[in-house]
Amino acid sequence: MHVFTDPENFDAYLSGFLWILKLTGASAVCALVIGVLLAAMRVSPVPVLRVFGAAWVNIFRNTPLTLVIFFCYFGLYATLGLSLAQDLDLNIYWLGVIGLSVYTAAFVCEAVRSGINTVPTGQAEAARAIGLSFAQTLRIVVLPQAARSVIAPFGSILIALCKNATIVGTIGLLESSNVMKDLINFNGDAVIMIFLVFAGTFAALLIPTGYFFGWLANRLAVKR
Amino acid sequence: MSTSNVLYDHPGPRAKVRNAVLSVVFGVALLGLLYWIYTRFDQANQWEPRLWEPFTRSATWTQFILPGLWATLKAAGVGMLLSLAFGIVFAFGRLSDRWWISVPAGMVVEFFRAVPLLLMIFFIFYGVPFLIKGPVTAFWAVVIGLTLYNGSVLAEAFRAGIRAVPGGQSEAAYAVGMRKNQVMRLILLPQAARAMLPIIVSQLVVLLKDTALGYIVAYPELLQRGVNDLAANYGNIIACAIVAAVIYIVINSLLTWFAGWLDRRTGVRAFRVPRQTAPVGAADSTPEGGATVSEPQG
Repeated sequence: MHVFTDPENFDAYLSGFLWILKLTGASAVCALVIGVLLAAMRVSPVPVLRVFGAAWVNIFRNTPLTLVIFFCYFGLYATLGLSLAQDLDLNIYWLGVIGLSVYTAAFVCEAVRSGINTVPTGQAEAARAIGLSFAQTLRIVVLPQAARSVIAPFGSILIALCKNATIVGTIGLLESSNVMKDLINFNGDAVIMIFLVFAGTFAALLIPTGYFFGWLANRLAVKR
Repeated sequence: MSTSNVLYDHPGPRAKVRNAVLSVVFGVALLGLLYWIYTRFDQANQWEPRLWEPFTRSATWTQFILPGLWATLKAAGVGMLLSLAFGIVFAFGRLSDRWWISVPAGMVVEFFRAVPLLLMIFFIFYGVPFLIKGPVTAFWAVVIGLTLYNGSVLAEAFRAGIRAVPGGQSEAAYAVGMRKNQVMRLILLPQAARAMLPIIVSQLVVLLKDTALGYIVAYPELLQRGVNDLAANYGNIIACAIVAAVIYIVINSLLTWFAGWLDRRTGVRAFRVPRQTAPVGAADSTPEGGATVSEPQG
């Protein structure tokens, strides 16, 4: 345990995971908002909106996240000069949040759209029959029912997002995977323990999250 | 609700006008956004011909992009074969009647599904050399990492597929005197594999995208050769990133289309596999018939 009893290493370990949690939290909120809006666009009566939603999903779902994050740093920041914060780390953090959000939003959109498909047709037909508009049908009738069936996919998207947050390390944020790399390079005699501590922390965070979402999805499932 | 247009009425005259107005307003806004991006690129001199001209030279393709693409496909191909083997072994392990096989197999699968791929690649590339007293090549670091992660995902998919085969199939097989080994191999696996084909192919899209992580350990794949190295020569990193993104999107769209085609082709079958995590088809295919990626890993 000598690696982690050194306070300096322990602080690095903590701050690495703190970055992961911060990235996950901010990106989850942004991706949820963008994703639901995209899903609404994809089922809307306006063709331009549908095309826009479909294009977004196809572009970001088929591009590696590494390339998206890479583009955020070298494209948005280094070339186009988009600077989001004075502090270097904070700037990379926000660039990472942008990349993770636009990428994850594509998956959120698809999950919501599948959720909309699980709502029986009669619900939307009834809503239209009493004269609700498209926006009202979606907001008052369909989305609240769809929300219950997308909890399980949202769980897997959140878990994937948390794991994907490590990729922001490739543009220089000292998050957990970079911290692990440095610790391994300085402590060649304890590599297995270092890996098990880092991987174990992820497992301890994510496996219960998975079970929690499974339980929640079961509890809130619409019994039909 | 298979068709989404049940959400709104067939447009009457007023709705048609409103939709047209919305189309125009949003279309103009979209064009404005594209124009704004265009001018920002222009201000940063990203449209200069010298940045794009390299893509018309054959050396760019033969020395950078195509070797990179080949390395990407090689890692993805080897990784896919190994993950299929890993997936089958651990799916059988988890379904074993002996607890001392099923419990460890379950733990391995749950563990590797929860650990980020990047962490695994770093451990294999930087950590394992200390253990085996010799270097690990970037290729194997990437392939082993991909195998452990995607293999675990596939193991869960296979398990769900095998469990979804109707119970009568295995009962009938046992009734004619087959052993458990035979029932699995001859009866359950062929039926499950057929039903799981679209999910297997969509996992290949995930795997192919994940090879881009090889860039981090300097494996000369598409992102490394076609973006990093090429841009080091010509200083055109944005142009390179756009070209690489287009290549990835084309390949993955083809794979997705292939998965959708398989799904339609095998559409007439005795049973459908329920998705493990989602109720009816959530996180599932698009109306165009594309299969999806259940786990949006990098």
